[in-house]
Amino acid sequence: MNRIAGKWIILAILVIAVIIPLVVTNKYYMNILIMSGIWSIVALSLNLILGYTGQVNLAHGAFFGIGAYASALLMLKLKLGFWLALPFAAAIAGFFGFLIGLPALRTRGSYFAIGTLCFNIIVTLIVDRWEGLTEGARGLMGIPGPGPIPLPWGGEISFKTMAAQYYLVLCFLLLTIFVLRRIIQSLVGRTFRAIRGNEELAEAVGISAMKTKLLSFTISCFFAGVGGVLYASYIGFLSPELTDYHVSFDALIYVMIGGVGTIVGPIIGTLLIVTIPEMLHIAAEFRLLLYGLILIVMIIYLPRGIVGWIKGLKGKRRQEVVWEKS
Amino acid sequence: MVLFFQQMVNGIMLGAAYSLVALGLTLIYGILHIPNFAHGHKYMWAAFTSLFLVVNFHTNYWVSLVIAMAVLGLAGVGVERLVYRPLRNVPHINSFIAAIGLLLVLESLSLIFWGADFRRFPSLYDKPIHIFGVAITLQRLLVIVAAALFIILLQLFIKRTWLGATIEAVAQNPEGAQLVGISIDRVSSLTFGIGTALAAAAATLIAPIFLVYPTMGSMPNLKAFVVIIIGGMGSIPGAVIGGFMLGLMEALGGGYISTDYKDLFAFGALVTFLTLRPTGLFGKGVR
Amino acid sequence: MGEILKVHGLTRHFGGLAAVMDLSFGVQSGEILSLIGPNGAGKTTVFNLITGTLLPTQGEVVFQDHKITGLRPYETTSLGIARTFQTTSLFYDETVLDNLIVSYHCRTRMGLWDALFQTGRSREDERRCCQKAEEILKFIGLSERASEFARNIPQESQKRLALGVALVTEPKLLLLDEPTGGLTEEENIGMMGLIQKVRTRGITVLLIEHKMKIVMNISDRIIVLNYGQKIAEGSPQEVGGNSAVIEAYLGVGYGKN
Repeated sequence: MNRIAGKWIILAILVIAVIIPLVVTNKYYMNILIMSGIWSIVALSLNLILGYTGQVNLAHGAFFGIGAYASALLMLKLKLGFWLALPFAAAIAGFFGFLIGLPALRTRGSYFAIGTLCFNIIVTLIVDRWEGLTEGARGLMGIPGPGPIPLPWGGEISFKTMAAQYYLVLCFLLLTIFVLRRIIQSLVGRTFRAIRGNEELAEAVGISAMKTKLLSFTISCFFAGVGGVLYASYIGFLSPELTDYHVSFDALIYVMIGGVGTIVGPIIGTLLIVTIPEMLHIAAEFRLLLYGLILIVMIIYLPRGIVGWIKGLKGKRRQEVVWEKS
Repeated sequence: MVLFFQQMVNGIMLGAAYSLVALGLTLIYGILHIPNFAHGHKYMWAAFTSLFLVVNFHTNYWVSLVIAMAVLGLAGVGVERLVYRPLRNVPHINSFIAAIGLLLVLESLSLIFWGADFRRFPSLYDKPIHIFGVAITLQRLLVIVAAALFIILLQLFIKRTWLGATIEAVAQNPEGAQLVGISIDRVSSLTFGIGTALAAAAATLIAPIFLVYPTMGSMPNLKAFVVIIIGGMGSIPGAVIGGFMLGLMEALGGGYISTDYKDLFAFGALVTFLTLRPTGLFGKGVR
Repeated sequence: MGEILKVHGLTRHFGGLAAVMDLSFGVQSGEILSLIGPNGAGKTTVFNLITGTLLPTQGEVVFQDHKITGLRPYETTSLGIARTFQTTSLFYDETVLDNLIVSYHCRTRMGLWDALFQTGRSREDERRCCQKAEEILKFIGLSERASEFARNIPQESQKRLALGVALVTEPKLLLLDEPTGGLTEEENIGMMGLIQKVRTRGITVLLIEHKMKIVMNISDRIIVLNYGQKIAEGSPQEVGGNSAVIEAYLGVGYGKN
């Protein structure tokens, strides 16, 4: 696919994305799209540490939840507005990412996966039991949405309608894509790939594995937090299940199906997984069955996901293995 | 004082249970280097299988234990063939992800077949007996005895039989083992079969004490991983010692400190271990 | 001219076994020093101890008059020690050029901020990376293979690339672990020429090599290890006639005297 055709396709997709709320008025479908947008941000952020840096992080749900709960608490208890709460909450998620990354990233491979999973469980347990802070299993209710933005020429943008919320999520999705892309295409991004490809060699050429992984992990958790904040504001209600490791598994599936190590992969994966079962009204248990089967099939036959497979067909990359032997 | 002994006994029983579950897991990891994350869900299926037999066919408890072991053992072999064998030459983390997929499949199938309800496993051995003021049901004693029995049997099998020797050979040196004619495929199937059968035994023994439900395997699974990481992946003595350590820690911690946060002990311990000594008590040091 | 690297009483145990025992030697600035010895003599372990991949049980490593014992590999590389690995180690998922570009990272100063805002510093650093990569690409003779993936190029090119990757980090001391492993006679000569070219850049070379012809031809000095201990040290002629050395390789009874 040459560059120019690629640019036109992206433009077309953007146009479609912008027009959608004008065309689709059904609340049910709009809800699906908004949720897809939020989950895409989560999947993209996971992809940074998983796809590009090669560390299988199973605590992502915890950071999504931390971002969500942090913003909710900031808005409900400290009466901060959405626009102030968002960066703070995401920073808190990123900060916890840094704290947890410090011990966790000293391990690798399956040990790292299990270790992060355990961190996730610890977070869920704490959120569930620390009723004084989080209302425990009862959950937090009445989380306000974003406040209106005043316009310089009078009037304001309010976020009461679904269309407005859709655009909000879309903007943040585009922002996330933009920022992550910048990082990935820079020298910093190259060091991430170096760690993924051959950690020992990366260290031998002067790249600190620990610092690099920590950076990737922290940024990843920051954006997971952004997703969490958007979720909290949109749904208005939070419960400890949102921090559960099943969320981490979900994010893993979105990324693996779409394609690790690509920008567009996680988005496609999320869209497929979130929209199709929903549209087909598949029951929850069967959905779970489907996810499991797809994950198994993918990891054996298409470890680079759908997008990776397509790129492979075009001769760009031709490996079966996603990570180096550890 | 009685509380202490009561908790000690509980801890030993818990420890025996964890050891038994971890035994199968450490066998599979030690030999095949596959972190079989779906272990807990096979355990869950074993519990449902024996429950099904006992409730619907009025099978004898012990017979259903054996049948569950056989069924799950075969299932383990099948899973190895279909899911893990294709991933043999690829980094182990891919097997971990496949195991997550398998976990979801097993959990969803359980929800579809059995529904989400919690079920009781009818037990013949649930009358408590009192020893020195400490109450313990026969079932719990059985768990401890059975765990000890299986541990000894497994050790004997590995060290004294020819089949066991082939398993050890593959664990220590897969290429060398192949050169002397040992079939890695056979050993993989065998190991998976035994490992899963052990989980099945554990499940049938423990099920009457707690309840049976589709997600019952998640916690034991994670705790089994905690046990083998603490004890050293692939070490049978490690699984046993780790299991008992965890059981005692949970029982005593739960009894004296807090029941709410008792699960945290396991995971806190794991996190500590991973940070300080990632290769476990019986593993080798780094750098 | 002085000693660029000094190793004192270096010892490393693995369990009860001493892989390296009380080893001391110095490397003169600008020379090519070869480390030879039978299999299992501890040569790669010495490399690992110098670069920081392994911690010594005892002893110290001094580089340019600074103690570097216990530093991690990425730190020793920043200080100017680069290495290759006995089993060729590359970024196989990347192109030849990308392998070289990322390896220059330790000589850049840009951070996350620079990446996000595409500051002048980031653009400057990225330009320098590409420049350095191109230069080394030409030096190792792989210009035609720039956009091929590292896993697809032939063995000899991979060995060259590994050398290039180490060179990109602008080392003062280069540790080469069997750079001619698996190469044919012809390819050996090519690699030898490359190593000599490296020396003309003022880089000191510490070489582990099995092929005696190469060792004798290229080395200024040779150190012989056996069972983790130094059994001989000197010029190629001195070492070639040393009976202890001959015994180590061929067994007791072959040494003269």
